Amino acid sequence: MNPESPRVPEPSDHAGRQVHTHEDELSAPHAHAHADVWLSDVTAGYGDRAALEHVTLAVEPGSLLAIVGPNGAGKSTLLKLMAGLARPWTGRIEILGAPPGREARRVAYVPQAELVDWAFPVTVEDVVMMGRFPRLGSIRRPGQDDRRAVADALAQVGMATHRRTQVGRLSGGQRRRVFLARALAAEPDLFLLDEPVTGIDVTTQELLMDLLEQQAARGKTVVATTHDLACAAERFQQVLAVNRTVVAYGPSNLVLDADVLARAYGGHLLVLEGRTVVLDDAHHHDDAPRGERHFHDQGGQR
Amino acid sequence: MDLILEPLALSFFVRALIASMMVGVVCAVVGTYVVLRGVAFIGDAIAHAAFPGVVAAFMLSIPFYVGAAVAAVGTALAIGWVTKRAGIRQDTAIGVLFAGTFAFGVFLFSTINGYVADLFSFLLGNVLAIGPGDLVALLVLGLGVMAIVGLLWKELLYATFDPLGAAASGIKVERLEYLFLALVALTIVVSLQAVGIILVVAMLVTPAATAQMLTIRFTRLMLVAALVGIASSVVGLYLSYWLDVASGATIVLVQTGMFLLALVFGPRGMLGRRRSRGGLPETDDAPVEASLIAPA
Repeated sequence: MNPESPRVPEPSDHAGRQVHTHEDELSAPHAHAHADVWLSDVTAGYGDRAALEHVTLAVEPGSLLAIVGPNGAGKSTLLKLMAGLARPWTGRIEILGAPPGREARRVAYVPQAELVDWAFPVTVEDVVMMGRFPRLGSIRRPGQDDRRAVADALAQVGMATHRRTQVGRLSGGQRRRVFLARALAAEPDLFLLDEPVTGIDVTTQELLMDLLEQQAARGKTVVATTHDLACAAERFQQVLAVNRTVVAYGPSNLVLDADVLARAYGGHLLVLEGRTVVLDDAHHHDDAPRGERHFHDQGGQR
Repeated sequence: MDLILEPLALSFFVRALIASMMVGVVCAVVGTYVVLRGVAFIGDAIAHAAFPGVVAAFMLSIPFYVGAAVAAVGTALAIGWVTKRAGIRQDTAIGVLFAGTFAFGVFLFSTINGYVADLFSFLLGNVLAIGPGDLVALLVLGLGVMAIVGLLWKELLYATFDPLGAAASGIKVERLEYLFLALVALTIVVSLQAVGIILVVAMLVTPAATAQMLTIRFTRLMLVAALVGIASSVVGLYLSYWLDVASGATIVLVQTGMFLLALVFGPRGMLGRRRSRGGLPETDDAPVEASLIAPA
């Protein structure tokens, strides 16, 4: 919102509050009694390759938390662990006070938009109604309450007039709105969102963040991965910086400082005259031409 | 009129009509998910895998559908398991299982001495030969499959569209995957006598593919597919009776014809798409509410 919002916190910030680091978290093993998301010394990965090692973390109810880190840092894996979609190799996880998956109906997970077949024959309304399916169970059909919840969620994301549009006809930003509406319609206690604001227009980004902020203010817990450091700094209360393990965790203005980011992003980050520049390897595939890198001026986006 | 009523006096024709309508509906309903999941090849593989079961049942003198069901469901679950655990590509795994099981059927078949014309009818289908007992078994199985889909359509839909989101919200996606493969297998068992192993994949895929040219909404898609399935079965059966040609092939040809018509003339087909290109966003039904103003 504020065009001059500081990217690099003043040194005085450090004096008052402390950035939680990996070591600090290990010393607070009993935090999970009150935490909606609690991980203790979790290591996980795919095949025989570890994506995350020794992650310890406690997220309080009502948090609005951004997970940041370079590509391959394990952001999505961490979110999948929380959603019960991946199992840890070692360590313990509790979500809403129970093992992952046990409280699934109170969790809304929104995958990355590319992972869904958008040519599917469903309308906007149909997709949002899916958010109601888990609470309906197998026997019950959607009733009046469900239709009201769907209409309400669509109104919140500003998609009510598109309710009968086939999802494939929507723009990228509209698809994100629909997925957030599905999460809202589920009325969860925990939102887990994989890259909800990546590659969408500023209006949509502001709208989605306003809605997530509202949910957090009502005591719901919101955890989202993001590439957008500016958004993390301005719109999230807390930031978790990961790079295969927890690099830093705490209030966003403290975590998003140059030293911490340098550790999280390694050589892929530059701080120039108060602007943070990520040398993004988002599109850096094995077969990509060498030297091809995309510069995203995160500080200058707004 | 007589052309339509006359065959109805023949009990074998009435049985065939009921059987092929049932097959048309069940295949269309299950086939809707087959098309949306892009697993037509799995359907074809399971159909071929039923063959050794049919031959074994013949050799043991038990009802064919028992043998077919055991072989088809077994292979379906094996496909599900192999593709998840074995670390080879799904199409490769299916190719191996598909050819291997069918070859085993042919192997068993070739060991039988004597009269085997009945078994040929399972390859290409002969719905007019369905006996009263087989018809009852077919109806029970078909209704069973429909009941399960009726109970789990929401979960199947969610898991098909967004498996990750569905799994995270507590839907048992993996179990549903196996159940779905078993449903495909049972659907194929129901269809074997009517259309045969070689053509059953058409019954699964073509009605839903036709419906895709006509509507964009899931529930309507399934309904239209079912109507296409029933209509093509009735028309195909009468045509095969009047022209004295193979029933299974005729039903499939009628379906193919309907698909081609929808492909060219349907609102989402080739001509329809050209008409709407550059127009307003495609919506489900008439009133197009185009809102180009982003909410503040």
